Amino acid sequence: MTSVGRLGQPLVAFDAVTCRYRDDAVLVDVDLVVGPGEFTGIVGPSGSGKTTVLRVILGTVVPVAGRLRRRAAMRVAYVPQVETVNWSFPITVAECVLMARRQGRRPPWASRAERADVTDVLDRLGLGGLGARHIRALSGGQQQRVFLARALLGRPDLLLLDEPTSGVDVRTRHEILHLLGDLHRDGLAIVLTTHDLNGVAAHLPNLVCLNRVVVAAGRPAEVLTSAVLEATYGAPMEVLDHGGMRVVVDGRRPADVAPLDDRLRRAAGQ
Amino acid sequence: MKDLLAPFEFEFFRNGLAVAVLAGALCGLIGVYVVLKGMSYIGHGLSHAIFGGFAASSLLGVNVLLGAGLWGVVSGLMISGVTRRRLIGSDAAIGVITTASFALGLALFARFGASGASFDAALFGSILGVSRGDVVAVAAVLVLALAVVVIGYRSLLFTTFDPEVAEASGVRTGRVDALLMLVLSLSILATMQVLGVTLVAATLVIPATVARMLTDSFARMLVLATAVGALCGFVGMNLSYHLDVQSGPTIVLVGATLFAVVFVATGSRRAPRRQGFDGHGSSVAAPAAPR
Repeated sequence: MTSVGRLGQPLVAFDAVTCRYRDDAVLVDVDLVVGPGEFTGIVGPSGSGKTTVLRVILGTVVPVAGRLRRRAAMRVAYVPQVETVNWSFPITVAECVLMARRQGRRPPWASRAERADVTDVLDRLGLGGLGARHIRALSGGQQQRVFLARALLGRPDLLLLDEPTSGVDVRTRHEILHLLGDLHRDGLAIVLTTHDLNGVAAHLPNLVCLNRVVVAAGRPAEVLTSAVLEATYGAPMEVLDHGGMRVVVDGRRPADVAPLDDRLRRAAGQ
Repeated sequence: MKDLLAPFEFEFFRNGLAVAVLAGALCGLIGVYVVLKGMSYIGHGLSHAIFGGFAASSLLGVNVLLGAGLWGVVSGLMISGVTRRRLIGSDAAIGVITTASFALGLALFARFGASGASFDAALFGSILGVSRGDVVAVAAVLVLALAVVVIGYRSLLFTTFDPEVAEASGVRTGRVDALLMLVLSLSILATMQVLGVTLVAATLVIPATVARMLTDSFARMLVLATAVGALCGFVGMNLSYHLDVQSGPTIVLVGATLFAVVFVATGSRRAPRRQGFDGHGSSVAAPAAPR
């Protein structure tokens, strides 16, 4: 079994989970554990099943084999990829955040307590004063934080994010990671998917390398190795050490590099 | 002024006007969800599908509301089911279901019925023969639609804006979609008499589109679309009487004129297409603010 997880009852446990989309296997015999308060990143190439893992946890995808165990009465919140959002939809920031609050039968308008909760969560995420703004009139980082605010309004036990730093600049990426780090330190369990090995994955406490199967799982120092990454991505990768931080670069065997260098020198007139 | 008030002397006109205003409001309200969910094609198709039920019911002597209603609900649920499962492409499947039903209606009328007043009225609408019972029926459907929108406001909003996260958050999006399709089917059925099946889709789309150009608030869009729909019904019905043109076309033309006026008045805010990382474009009303 390959897994990450601390001792104690897990929030979520995959036991040999297999998922298919028609005839294609999306996940095969995946074992995975997410414990309370853990922060786990899932990396892998496109089509490796990263988003499917999140959907299995959410219950929107049902495994064809294996078992998913979830802690009873666990609250799970989900932040989708921002590329899937219709930014021209007629809602304000506050309306977007509030739509997640739907337990019980509630009138269309927000109660005083709900408005206060929305204000609190927006302030906490640096969006204070933007409640009345339309969602399209926000920067990329602000848009991501609106969906984070919507997820946090329900006070989840586990937060799932699908590529939360996709399409944002370096500064915004730092802001989002910093924010997630604060939430993690407050005790929230987080699972996110990412393509960004150096900007995101290398900074997380736990990593899972996935390509339909779990290739490796553990701390970045254990997981981010050339052998593991080549097995995950199917392409040679080198892992360098930069001040104790793992840096992943495209791998090149010397035989592949020389002809390219020659061509570049010839093009430069050297 | 006397000429303008002249038609109000006639009960058939008062009934027709009441139905047109109520139907306009109803289609405007439900049309918000149709437009925002990108279901305009479904609205168009469903109205054609109901025509098949209307033809079968009237020729069989079955209560038209009941027969066409049942037919419409079944068609709506079939469309909803096919769209969710996406087996063969939703637009193709919808085209098959709805055009086949429409063609069945035409064939039944051609084989067993006489083309004439009832046939033309079914296709294009007519204020003649609208009874008090019809007014009550449309009012009842409007009240039902309002109740659904108010009670299910947050679930409907969540499902319309972000169905994936809504489902993940515990909203039963399948049931919400089915409920919306049911209300849509009833709305089309209730408004067929005045608007006709060929033009109902326009009254679902135009008021909501006009409202969208006027506001960025979902709640205000609901109110505005309802009001615009009612206004188009009122003005269109009066024009229908004075110009001696069928009610459906005049109501739609009033709506189209209003759309053109608002479009020009609000400026042509063309949405730039933004490429996602998967290469699929998505429209946004305006670019995001600078980072």
